[in-house]
Amino acid sequence: MSKSSLEWRGFAGENWQNTIDVRNFIQANYTPYEGNEAFLSGATERTTKLMDKLNKLQQQERASGGVLDIDTHNVSSLTSYAPGYLDKDSEIIVGLQTDGPLKRGVNPFGGLTMTRRACEAYGYKLSEKVENEFRYRTTHNDGVFRAYTDEIKAARRSGIITGLPDAYGRGRIIGDYRRVALYGVDRLIEEKQKDQETIGKEDLNTEQIRLLEELYQQIAFLGYLKEMAAMYGYDISRPAHNAKEAVQWIYFAYLGATKEQNGAAMSLGRVSTFLDIYFERDLKNGVLDEEHAQEIVDDFIIKLRMERHLRTPEYNELFAGDPMWITEAVGGMGEDGRTLVTKNSYRFLQTLYNLGSSPEPNLTILWSEQLPNNFKRFAAKVSCDTDSIQYENDDIMRLEFGDDYAIACCVSAMRVGKDMQFFGARVNLPKLLLMSINGGRDELCGKQIGPSYLPYEGEYLQYDKVLELMEPYRNWLAETYVKAMNIIHYMHDKYAYEKIQMALHDTFVRRFMAFGIAGLSVMTDSLSAIKYAKVRCIRDDSGLITDYEITGDYPAFGNDDDRVDSIAKEQIQLFLEALEKIPTYRNAQHTLSILTITSNVVYGKKTGSTPDGRKAGEPFAPGANPMHNREKHGALASLNSVAKLPYSCCKDGISNTISIVPKALGGNDEEQYRNLVSILDGYFSQKAHHLNVNVLNRETLMDAYQNPEQHPNLTIRVSGYAVNFHKLSKQQQLEVISRTFHEVM
Amino acid sequence: MKGRIHSFQSLGAVDGPGLRFVVFLQGCPLRCSYCHNPDTWDTAGGTEYSVEEVIEKILRYKPYFAENGGVTVSGGEPLLQWQFVSELFRCLKENGISTSLDTSGIGSKKGASKILRHTDLVICDLKFSNDQEYLRYTKASLSAVIEFLKLTEKLSVPLWIRHVVIPELTAKKEYIMDIAAIASQFSNLRKLELLPFKKLCTLKYQEMGLDFPFKDFDECSDSVIKSMYAHIQTSINQRTSS
Repeated sequence: MSKSSLEWRGFAGENWQNTIDVRNFIQANYTPYEGNEAFLSGATERTTKLMDKLNKLQQQERASGGVLDIDTHNVSSLTSYAPGYLDKDSEIIVGLQTDGPLKRGVNPFGGLTMTRRACEAYGYKLSEKVENEFRYRTTHNDGVFRAYTDEIKAARRSGIITGLPDAYGRGRIIGDYRRVALYGVDRLIEEKQKDQETIGKEDLNTEQIRLLEELYQQIAFLGYLKEMAAMYGYDISRPAHNAKEAVQWIYFAYLGATKEQNGAAMSLGRVSTFLDIYFERDLKNGVLDEEHAQEIVDDFIIKLRMERHLRTPEYNELFAGDPMWITEAVGGMGEDGRTLVTKNSYRFLQTLYNLGSSPEPNLTILWSEQLPNNFKRFAAKVSCDTDSIQYENDDIMRLEFGDDYAIACCVSAMRVGKDMQFFGARVNLPKLLLMSINGGRDELCGKQIGPSYLPYEGEYLQYDKVLELMEPYRNWLAETYVKAMNIIHYMHDKYAYEKIQMALHDTFVRRFMAFGIAGLSVMTDSLSAIKYAKVRCIRDDSGLITDYEITGDYPAFGNDDDRVDSIAKEQIQLFLEALEKIPTYRNAQHTLSILTITSNVVYGKKTGSTPDGRKAGEPFAPGANPMHNREKHGALASLNSVAKLPYSCCKDGISNTISIVPKALGGNDEEQYRNLVSILDGYFSQKAHHLNVNVLNRETLMDAYQNPEQHPNLTIRVSGYAVNFHKLSKQQQLEVISRTFHEVM
Repeated sequence: MKGRIHSFQSLGAVDGPGLRFVVFLQGCPLRCSYCHNPDTWDTAGGTEYSVEEVIEKILRYKPYFAENGGVTVSGGEPLLQWQFVSELFRCLKENGISTSLDTSGIGSKKGASKILRHTDLVICDLKFSNDQEYLRYTKASLSAVIEFLKLTEKLSVPLWIRHVVIPELTAKKEYIMDIAAIASQFSNLRKLELLPFKKLCTLKYQEMGLDFPFKDFDECSDSVIKSMYAHIQTSINQRTSS
């Protein structure tokens, strides 16, 4: 077999030629960039025209209630639609999920009922053809509910476990889409075939049989991927031979994944620095100039901004704003100390100026103290101008995952092509506390959900007694949660396996099982109130504790006060330990995240009054955020509290969002950029994990709430992602407005 | 050594250079008609903290200070508790943290010189351009402020002078030129900053059962601030930028 291809001319290094090793290719060939943004180009006339066209379509989409069109006749997969275009003559990068822009496909593999309901919610009806095709077919959702125990169903219904991916694609899997560009599909198939031959030589157990079937599917779908590209007139069996092709090949691979899967989060990975190598080669060879390099990137981003999945209204309540989480990790440092920032990192950020601000793709800066100062300043400028990027701590993640990891969804790091995860939504910690003092009964409806132990006796809550009661319920919750996850992922592998995305992984991957918790600050403050103030229980006629009377002050999470911050830390550790006691499907490693997306509103709705003074139904704070208006010492104190949460226990991420009015950041633009850089440096040097930054005035949001038509593109960061403000429900908008805005007097 | 403290603000980005941890001290001898922190007047209010306790808090924010950030002590009037402040600043300097004093300039001269020995930047209000208005609207005197400013010059402490522009009283070309003229006599002046008069504090006065003397005055707009800056640009900024 000939190893060295024509397409690789000018590339250095050998290891990556012999085995699939994209990181090795990057390290051997990339050009770190420490300069500033002066080299960047604006949008070309062509780009602006194309973007205008998309903007108009998006307006129509909004006007038609959020969904422009649905193809109800064809089941979405790689080759099920004729080629589609936004503007065939002027597009540089081509390919759409269906045969028309913003037209959504149906993907019933996760669950037929969900697909049916999603169609109906927007005034469509799933076709008889699709109904027939799935009549005798088991979906992921069918499988899961055949195996769910009554206990899991009850826990799910009460909302103590919510958002489980049991009726839709689990997502959170990042294909190494770069492999298609670097190696071409034929080579990838060849390597998979070699792996196939090694399996089952000695003994053949269930895991290996499963893997053999999966490999068969991976190889088959790599074939479909070639067919899909051929429909658009491209031959991706070979490697890409220039920058434009490299972008196109990556995009085809990503597109194939989103045609096949409607996973909740479909990250792009870490492509910008990889692609820079191709751009540099073309620039050096004089076949490309900066304007056209930017134009290619702009066109790619336009395509990504058109990605859509069909969701039900219930789904949108949890994950508001029609998110795709096309997360792209930008920047970071290499293990050898060179920065991974390249000119192409700048080009990706520049799209927010050339195309206007936007929630997608979810551009994520991997922040390191060592990042070039020019890049830090530019990122801060982009934050202040667009509110569209988020920051994650490369200095702590690199230690865990090396220097070629990417972010799934909002905050979940994984080595690209080497790790995958079983996504698992989250449990409601305040509800665990309430259930523990109520003998396993739901505090809202009074039904028995957990095991029946003695409820809390006595009028005033005592800290030690409450902690003691929580222990058996924590163990029960952890066990129920792991069982549910095991069922879900067994069925997802069986009925909705990610064939393309897993084909773009090593055959032998490391697996994580990503558990999550919601309501950390509510639970922490509740325990703090019990410990430091006086909390009296108010019971209803049936003896159920439904409300509390709090006398005296208590230290609240978010004020850099160890008395309470240590409670948060302890509760996280205890929950992870409880999870780790229960074995997982496919021996996945237990990980934990503190992330809510926008589901903090729904979680709050399903939770009774809590001992911290929060009333029944009121929203939780998002992610790991302190509760609104309990922060008394300003923004940095709040950051310091969150920074104390141990990443070692929360390797699936700790999400935090800060909203600050521009004037509170400094008197002029440059001061604001510099001070934002200092905030990020200070926060991350304390081993904090993630920060969403919003630099905007509350009045802007109020105005957008009242006059949505005036702010069609207002983008804000919420827990772990950015969202168009107008795509949130009114209730979610109010929740965002009511959050703490750090201001100055 | 204990001090009476009104509150802490961990993110100050407008009271001195860079990011600043701001300590608001309790107690003030002035009664400015446009004061936006009347809750800091009472010298018996606030909470007592030792220097060590405050230092311990501040050290938690050192990672954010970068090259130019640090601590700003404001108030109330910090000169009123000069023993506490000079000890606090001395300890901060020992810990390599930059110190700014945000003051009206009214207070014991001896106390001020003790503090200034450990001060990297003085931010001083120049509220009015003459003694009559000073007395009428602040219950203090311009000459005392001038004395203080001379002291900062003598001790070569870099100086920012701030003036709150009140449309009804000081938003006139001649007035602002007078302010600029007073400020520019000091060779240690690095910046003259104009701040807009705002009435965000109205609610505070109501809650405290106090009359807000300037409640009927207009707030100052950004455009007025801009035009006032234009008047003084030539006389001041050329000098201070060098």
